[in-house]
Amino acid sequence: MDPTTIVLIELGAVFLGLGLLGRLAARVGMSPVPLYLLGGLIFGHGGLVPLSGIESFGDVASEIGVVLLLLMLGLEYTAKELVTGLRRSWLAGLVDLVLNFVPGAALALILGWGVIGGLVLGGVTYISSSGIVAKVLTDLGRLGNRETPVVLSILVLEDLVMAVYLPILTAALAGVSFWGGFRAVGVALLAVTLVLLLALRYGPQISRLVHSPDQENFLLKLIGAALLVAGLAAALQVSAAVGAFLLGIAISGSTAHSAAKVLAPLRDLFAAMFFVLFGINTDPATIPPVLVLALALALVTSVTKVLTGVWAARRAGIGVPGRIRAGTALIARGEFSIVIAGLAVAGGGASPELAALATAYVMLLAVLGPIATKLAEPVARALTGRPGRSPQRAGHD
Amino acid sequence: MNLEETPLPGIGTRRDVMLATGRRVGVVIKREGGMELIISEKQDPDACQAAIPLTSEEAAAIGGLLGAPQLVSDLSAEHRELPGVNTQQFVISQDSPYADHTLGDTHLRTRTHASIVAISRSGQVFASPSPSFELEAGDVVIVVGTAEGLDKAAHLLNHG
Repeated sequence: MDPTTIVLIELGAVFLGLGLLGRLAARVGMSPVPLYLLGGLIFGHGGLVPLSGIESFGDVASEIGVVLLLLMLGLEYTAKELVTGLRRSWLAGLVDLVLNFVPGAALALILGWGVIGGLVLGGVTYISSSGIVAKVLTDLGRLGNRETPVVLSILVLEDLVMAVYLPILTAALAGVSFWGGFRAVGVALLAVTLVLLLALRYGPQISRLVHSPDQENFLLKLIGAALLVAGLAAALQVSAAVGAFLLGIAISGSTAHSAAKVLAPLRDLFAAMFFVLFGINTDPATIPPVLVLALALALVTSVTKVLTGVWAARRAGIGVPGRIRAGTALIARGEFSIVIAGLAVAGGGASPELAALATAYVMLLAVLGPIATKLAEPVARALTGRPGRSPQRAGHD
Repeated sequence: MNLEETPLPGIGTRRDVMLATGRRVGVVIKREGGMELIISEKQDPDACQAAIPLTSEEAAAIGGLLGAPQLVSDLSAEHRELPGVNTQQFVISQDSPYADHTLGDTHLRTRTHASIVAISRSGQVFASPSPSFELEAGDVVIVVGTAEGLDKAAHLLNHG
């Protein structure tokens, strides 16, 4: 058979399989990311049904997936929200960074994966999944709760930290000298500040430049701008993902909403490809040896996330049950932990063990995080000894 | 009374009022559209006992219901001296033939001798609306007239 024909058949089978897995995920109300990873493990090297031939498409597609994931992340928050978040909750953000980066980094150092391994695994354990958290809070009817803004502002800060962390990671993976890394961070900080200032002052003008009433035209302009900015950022060694993220921040207002709407299906497609490819490149045989380690790391970093949330909520004057709700809401890790691990694997900075550990870790917490969030309600009530009712939901969802 | 507005980054805005009884009642306005009516829990004021998704029409109708009684009681107090003059409020339902029609289209005055003196929409009151005022489902119209006129007006607004 013609190689292109094989690729078409394989891709079709993969996407169809993912669709069925995603349907399953939606039915039980969980994030599809762990299932995509699982799908990748099954299809990949050493898996049940090894696929070959889709790597060349997969590589480009998953790169685009990362760019779109970060572009959408940037679109999610306005520059004003980012600046306000930074001003109001920088201390909570710092506590979050220290408490949740250290366990991952420490484990990597203990296992002898070096400074780069520490940088990678620290990032993996640090970043909560804003996608999963926002969905769980919405589903549980907690958007009106008082602790919810506390949780959201921590997520906002994590995203800002990503804008600085990713260039550091990229520079470290490229093996540049200390000064080279310093330069990359300098460029990144400068770029972030510049984009925030530009977006605050000229947001509507920038948005008008990209906006178009015609959907097709709009989509092409958006994708074009995103890939161009991402590519240029990569050329400057600031990480393609950060370029896309900054572009997302610069686009604001109603243009950002319509952009998010237009891009969502594409993001879902390419991001799914990215997660699957990550799973494909991870040999399932490497997972069992690191499973206990992943469980331990998941347990420790769940506790540290809960502590972060409890501390931040207490500072905001929230009662004990609310503090527990805030803490458990933050446990879920997901797409961005895999983005970090994926960058590390692509940059040759991560051993197969690290990739396996990250996979197992994210699969655990993407599933267990939301469950912990749901269980927090009755546990908090039992702890405070108050009888109560769970929130009533009515109408459509 | 303290109206509080809290940004919810990435999601929208929460606006709530702390009631004298210590409960919080408000709305979460989502950026992607849609609204949730929230009512805080008694035991745990941080949490919500109910978070009810509303369409914008439903929200407008509830806003009208909450805003209109005040208006009606004010008008009724003014008419107390005049026997035979009554004030009543009607909600323009989704299937009212006059939803998305102008006030002039109803010919209410000619057909029932009652008059629409005000319209309340999303908590906002439009006093003495002109015939070109466009009615929407969820609007609360305040009508002044005789008891018979008001009965006719109710029928007219609901069934045409």
